[in-house]
Amino acid sequence: MPNKDTIVDVPTVNKIARLCRLDIPEVNKESLTNDLNNILGFVAQLDEVDTSNVEPLASVTGHKLPLRSDDVNDGNIEDLVLKNAPESSSGFFVVPKVIE
Amino acid sequence: MSELLDLNLVEASEALKNKKISSLELTKAYLKSISDTSSLGAYLEIVEDKAISMAKESDKKLINGTARPLEGIPIGIKDMFCTKDIKTTASSKILENFIPTYESTVTQNLWNDGAVILGKLSCDEFAMGSSNETAAKGNVINPWLKNKKMSPGGSSGGSAAAVASRSALAATGTDTGGSIRQPAAFCGITGLKPTYGRCSRWGIVAFSSSLDQAGPLTRTVSDAALMLNSMAGYDQKDSTSANLKMPDLMDYLDKGIKGKKIGIPKEYTQDGISEEIVKFYEKSIDLLKDEGAEIIPVSLPHTKYALPAYYIIAPAEASSNLARYDGVRYGARQEASSLDEMYELTRGNGFGDEVKRRIMIGTYVLSSGYYDAYYLKAQKVRRLIKEDFENVYKQVNYILTPSTPTTSFELGKKQDPLTMYLNDIFTVPASLAGLPGISLPVGLDNSGLPIGIQLIANSFDEPGLISTARVLEKNAGFNFIADGAAK
Repeated sequence: MPNKDTIVDVPTVNKIARLCRLDIPEVNKESLTNDLNNILGFVAQLDEVDTSNVEPLASVTGHKLPLRSDDVNDGNIEDLVLKNAPESSSGFFVVPKVIE
Repeated sequence: MSELLDLNLVEASEALKNKKISSLELTKAYLKSISDTSSLGAYLEIVEDKAISMAKESDKKLINGTARPLEGIPIGIKDMFCTKDIKTTASSKILENFIPTYESTVTQNLWNDGAVILGKLSCDEFAMGSSNETAAKGNVINPWLKNKKMSPGGSSGGSAAAVASRSALAATGTDTGGSIRQPAAFCGITGLKPTYGRCSRWGIVAFSSSLDQAGPLTRTVSDAALMLNSMAGYDQKDSTSANLKMPDLMDYLDKGIKGKKIGIPKEYTQDGISEEIVKFYEKSIDLLKDEGAEIIPVSLPHTKYALPAYYIIAPAEASSNLARYDGVRYGARQEASSLDEMYELTRGNGFGDEVKRRIMIGTYVLSSGYYDAYYLKAQKVRRLIKEDFENVYKQVNYILTPSTPTTSFELGKKQDPLTMYLNDIFTVPASLAGLPGISLPVGLDNSGLPIGIQLIANSFDEPGLISTARVLEKNAGFNFIADGAAK
């Protein structure tokens, strides 16, 4: 992990915000950058742990993900699927125009 | 009225089955309680009509002899559980108008067993927080210490406050890093996080999928056993659901702990822990010893690294899970001229500060060039933490720790995010290892705030966890009622 003091700066914060599509108002950027540096500085203590022969653990269950048969078990619920959509039309979700 | 509220879940269930009381009168007593304690802000949504009709339905079954295990019991549901046709917001502005078209498995299990819904309970936004202060609609107030505004803990702060203030006979919670156990400790009630996989995650708003687990918040250990009996169970719709039958926990209430070995990890009494909590912790150790348990000092050497590993893994999973809030399929939308701008404004406006911080951290640790250094590293440390527990469970049956390093704190005292994270220092390790844990109240500190003690069992040993917790509960004799509770 990188040096504790200079982990992220404002341009990096802008880049991360862009990656996760979050609008961050200009006035909040400095305090957010500080918060992120504090948190990343805190988690950097994991560097002290020797993990050279350790396999990462993604799930504690230890079981293989089960497969189910690929059956249609519902359908004809278009109204329910669209019920919470901010905008829909003729059975479709509507988004702002993407092609000029 | 007060006599009805005095009954705990198990007692109320007995009284209902013996026809000494009806579900309708019990449910009405709780609806009145909700209105009497409304200044606490525990409920986001009250479903009075539905509660009344479910109670009437239960009364019919109680009369015709077809009563189910939780027949007629009025409960509150954390707003992380999708409830069909009832608004489910996860305490977030982005879901402020979301009305699910389906029911979560856990809540469906509760209704199938006869429980009556009172309403939806506040929590930290998307269950991210330890004080209930990140909720979009504001704080919940801890019913203890009426003259001060104390935090109920979080994220299941509304659930804990409702049970402690007697505005729900029991409540559901979710626990990712301590979100059931810490608020239970702060509010002087019992909170049980089962083994990862015991309760289906289907229909629960996702935060960190490898850690999220539902569980009950109740007045007593027996109440928790009765609730978990109904909540747990294999579910094909959750790929991580455990295909294991859980024994009836009510059969394990009075098994005792003679000959059981209780591990006392040396890493859990570090600097920063309140002296009064240490005092009650030591007293709890003595109580278990007097009941015939063997006390064994143990070591979980990677404990210190649990919190930093958690604050990589949980935000990483959260950033991925919360990508679904894009203003297209459900949730709020901020209008904009382009699709990208719509995403950014929708998410920027819809999420609160803590949620944004976690999405940012998660995106960073998963991004190209940092993935190995942060995310994979944290997953490796997670394995070491799990192995620590596996080693200790070769020597002992249960582990006893304090639930939290301090008792509740005052609301509105600005804390930096890291200080807030330290609240979960004793609950996060068991979460990372997927182990079942229970917090139960054992006493009050000098200012009159409850102190919680945590028991951690090996995977799928909820029966043993219940037996042991019952022994501690009986001997600790905590029988205080919050000042702010309904009378």
